[in-house]
This record gives sequence, C-alpha cells and structure tokens, in this order.
Amino acid sequence: MAEQIIAPMNRRSLFRMIGMAAGSAVMYQAMTDLGYAGESGYTGPTKLSGDVKGASVLVLGAGLAGLTAALELRNAGYKVQVLEYQHKAGGRNISIRGGDTVNELGGFKQQCQFDSGFYVNPGPMRIPYHHIALLDYCKRLNVPLEPFSIINYNAMIHNSKAFGGKPKRYREVETDFRGHISELLAKTTAQGKLDQSVTKEDAEVLLQALRAYGALDRNYEYKKGALVSDHRGYDVDPGGGLSWQSTDSEPMAMSELLQSRLWTGLLTGHEYEYQMTMFQPVGGMDMISAGFVRALPPDMIKYNCKVTEVKQDANGVSVSYVDAQKGGAVQTATANWCINTIPATILSQVPMQIGAPLKNAINSLAYAAGFKAGVQMKRRWWEDDERIYGGITYTDQPVALISYPSTQFMQVQKGVVLGAYTFGPHAFELTSMTPEERMKVVVDCGAAIHPQYRTEFENGVSVGWHRMPWTLGCFAQWTEANRAKNYDALCAIDGRMVLAGEHASHLGAWQEGAIVSALDAIKRLHQRVVAA
Amino acid sequence: MKSAFIGRVLGSALLLSLGISSGAYAQGAGAGGGRGGFTEQGGEAIYKNVCQGCHMPDAKGAVGAGMYPALAKNPKLEVAGYPVSVIVNGQKAMPALGGMFSDQQVADVTNYIRTHFGNSYKDKVTPADVKAARP
Repeated sequence: MAEQIIAPMNRRSLFRMIGMAAGSAVMYQAMTDLGYAGESGYTGPTKLSGDVKGASVLVLGAGLAGLTAALELRNAGYKVQVLEYQHKAGGRNISIRGGDTVNELGGFKQQCQFDSGFYVNPGPMRIPYHHIALLDYCKRLNVPLEPFSIINYNAMIHNSKAFGGKPKRYREVETDFRGHISELLAKTTAQGKLDQSVTKEDAEVLLQALRAYGALDRNYEYKKGALVSDHRGYDVDPGGGLSWQSTDSEPMAMSELLQSRLWTGLLTGHEYEYQMTMFQPVGGMDMISAGFVRALPPDMIKYNCKVTEVKQDANGVSVSYVDAQKGGAVQTATANWCINTIPATILSQVPMQIGAPLKNAINSLAYAAGFKAGVQMKRRWWEDDERIYGGITYTDQPVALISYPSTQFMQVQKGVVLGAYTFGPHAFELTSMTPEERMKVVVDCGAAIHPQYRTEFENGVSVGWHRMPWTLGCFAQWTEANRAKNYDALCAIDGRMVLAGEHASHLGAWQEGAIVSALDAIKRLHQRVVAA
Repeated sequence: MKSAFIGRVLGSALLLSLGISSGAYAQGAGAGGGRGGFTEQGGEAIYKNVCQGCHMPDAKGAVGAGMYPALAKNPKLEVAGYPVSVIVNGQKAMPALGGMFSDQQVADVTNYIRTHFGNSYKDKVTPADVKAARP
C-alpha cells in the first residue's frame, strides 16, 4: 500500500480513520463515547442566585476554567482567591510574541524574536461558531474576534511520496475527487446498476445532480475543459484584451489521485468542529485571558504559587503552596470551597485528601503529545508569490501542516506562519529535540513545499507541550473505556472540592470545554452552598 | 497507515473492535510522515528521539509544577517488569506507549535505560516479556 498522508493532524483524524475502517455508525458511537459529538449545553450567562452566606472559594489555576469560575463566583457574592503557578494568567490560552521567553523543562530556553505585532498561538488557535460559551465571554469581555481561515482552495495538499513530492492545490484535489466520484456513480446509475437502490425518477435527478456536482460534461464524463477549469482553476487564467488567452488545466487521473491520499486533506474543514466560520481573537489568543483578568480585581490572582498539598475537612479546604521559582517557606491558603483546575498530570503528583474514586480518576489521565512552531518570514511570499491568503496546507511530513496568517493582508512586509502543528509520534520526536534542531526540521519540511523557506526564514519559536512545566502535555487523553469508568468521578464534588478544566469536559482540548466545565462545577457547588 | 490517535486515544478496546492489534499496528506503520508508530530502532535511538522529551537527555528528569522522574540511578528499574509495564501501559502522567511501539522496541529501550545513566542491571528484557505485559 502506498504511504498514506495523514494530512489533517487533529483529533478528528481519529474519528475519520475509525469511520473509514468500520463505517459511520461505529464512528458516531466512538465520537459520542469520547464525548466529542455533543453540544456544550450552554444556555446563556450563568446566574447563581441565592444567599452565599459569606462563603469563600479558593480557585487553583488561572487558565480559562479557573478564570471563568473566579469571575462568576465573585459576581455571585463569594469571596474568591486564585492561586496560579505561572507569573501570568491564561494557562494554555497563550500567545508568544517578540521578547517573550519560553522556558522549557530541562532548562531549554527560547527568546522569541518576532517583530513587534506578530505572534503565534502555540495552544488553541481557532474558535468554532458553536462554542457559544466562549463566544459569549468574548463579547462580554470586549475581546474582538476576526475570521480564522480554515479552508483555502488555493492552499496546498502535499504528500512527499506522491506526484514526485509536488504539492497540489486544494481546489485541484477537491474538484478532481468530486469529478471522478461523480462520473463513476453517474455511469453506474446510467447502466441501471442502481435500479435496486433508486427509483427511475430518483435516478434521473441523481444524474442531473452528479453532472452539476461533479462538473461532468453532457456524456457524464469528467475531463479537461472550460467547465472543469471553472472549478479546479486554469493553467492560465482568463484575461483582457487581445494577448491573454486562458488555458484549461489538466485533471489528475483517478487512480493516481486515489493512491496519493491527497483526498485526506479535504476533510477537516467539513467537520463540525472545523466548519467555517471559525474565529480568532484580534492580536492573539491570550486576549481572552487578558479580558478575564481585566474584569477581576487586581489582587484576586496570586501568581508564582506551586501547590504542594490539598487538605480538607467538613468546613473547608487548606492548600499548601510554595513560591514557584524560589521554593522556600510553605504558605497556606484556606477557604470554604475549592475549584481545582490544575491539570491531571500535575494533580496526580500532589498529595490531596480526596476519596479513592477521584484519586483513581486523576491518576488515570495522561496528556497527549502536541507540538507547534511559529516561523517569522522576511516577506509574505505565500501571498505575493503563491496567492495563498490564510488557510492551511496539509502534508505527510512531521510538521503535519502550515497555517498561513488570516489577517494583515497587504498591510505589512513580514509575517509569521504556523510552521508545524502535530500530534502523535512526530510530536514526541520534535519535543525531544533542542529548539534549534526542531526549527531545522520545520524549515526542511516547509521548504519541501515552499522553497522560499530557505531564503526568507528569519526566526522561529516552538512549543513541545510535554516540556511545558505547568501542563506536562497538551490535553487529557481519555479513552472510551476510561471515560466510562472514571469521568463521572473526576467531575463529582469530593467533600469541599470540585475539579474543572478541559479534562473535566466532553469537549476535550477545546477552550469551550474548560469554560463549560467550570460553569457546571460552580453551579453544582453553588447549589450545595445555598441549600446548606 | 492508521491514525496515531487510534493507538493512543482509543486504547485497546476499540483497536480490538477494529481488528487491529496494537503490536501489529506499531510494526505495520511505515517509515516517514503520517505514521502511527515510532520507527526508531535500537534503545539509544528510541531514548533520544522519544523518551528524552520528558526524562531529558541526561535522564535526570525535571521539576516544574509537577515532575518527570529521573531514570538515572533509579532503583525502581531493578525489576525489569516495572519499566516495561510503565512504558506499555502508562502510569499517571506517563502516557501508555504500547500502541506505538513494537515488542522489540520496548525491549530495546528498556534494556538501554537499565544499562545506561548510572544503571547497570545485567538481565535482559525480551520481546516475549513485553508481549506478556500488554493488556
């Protein structure tokens, strides 16, 4: 079997492969079992009514889950204190800009050298239109959003082992795939081979549909010509005057297209989580956490706090912590209740007075490997040379994809592309490298598609999520079996404490999951407080 | 090629339902991009390309909000079945990597860490030992 491109390296590729191997029924079952297919259940701004009786809450972690809990609990009248390990809020809601330092476990250190105004989002980078809790907070917190281009018909799909390693345009792959399938089905229909499945009347309409859908000619054939070029593009575009004659493009042969696996690069943008319109905050993903911080009192979040122990009794929690950088004397924070949003990878190492079900649930979670790299280019060659304005190129190489900036068209000379976004074995391998070694891979892979990488590369910054001191991985990796066994226990209130975060949601790895998890946790906690 | 995430996210239950055994899966993955398993051969190559991401090039681990344990001079490596089990099945923050490694690869990297970084355990792990440790 020819080497297969695994173009869209996202969580959905998992379901895609299951769907291909086992059929869509199994795929949907897997999706619902893993909790990726359902809606968030968000129904508008949280209203926690009733007397909170002067209760206090300690929030551990100032990522989106912790910030959401802090904001809403404070609005409801609770006394709130937040402890955060880093020197800033946001957690994985993060952007890296010029001058920022990326400190990795092991002492590896990167100083981002992007020019002013450029950034990379090494964590989440796009917001689906149906993540309505997150979108609501952006609106409430005055965080302007702009479109994130997910599909670009002029971006590339690349398999280093197909078509001599030359990339094809999305529009070429998309049109040819559609055309060949339509021709096949039309021929089959016309030959009467579908008579068992469709009525004569339906077959007539089906043929009409296939002809339009697949850009087929009057003989139901998909072949080179003006009609097909109107879909897949021309070799020479139509122009004006006397000297500019258009030239039709040549479709790829069906067998070669199938075997190239380039069609796998067509799928991501059609899936619910990646359908247009997607959004990004103007100026960087961390504008969202900045919006939350603006809405909170300046002294509510205490930074540089490394939690070392969590105790609790019938009246409340007592959390021990030390200075995250200097260590030193153990300090203690107490409250009536605790919202704990620390990632499970960290939490499984913190002594806590909790029941066995919660402990087992925390211990059951390891985090996925994930890797991203941002690359600053001296000029916007993807726009000026190749007319790629935003969107994503997919490749079978270790970097998995190249995502071009969705903004600043015709405004600036330089630009930062996302030069790698990969999971699985490649993410482990890239994480294991030094930052310099990683950037060499990123440039080599990029240059295989865009030779301009060689001359226009200026600098880059990378994040291997297992080297991030405060997460030890990218996101919680639930298996179907483990979710059935441990998810409810992970989310249940244990004495005076309840967990929240993407790991305690059915929207794993998404910011929406962190937010709706927090909203659900504080709602349940509030019910106890008011009922007491 | 199978998605990397089949081996890692779904775990063995669904793998079995798809008729894909995790061992065959790792070994069947081809070289190059888009593969589902690790292609490195030999303990040293596996350690340097995969394990040192967390356990670090000197195998001394690291400490942040949580920690990665040192493998250097680690008495827990004395009983070979322990590191084999942790690599294959995971443990807390350590992901289960059995779905991305062949039995031979797990044996090789286990033998490597047990004879390097200040460890000098003489007994060798075999692929059969690894196979027995798989769920």
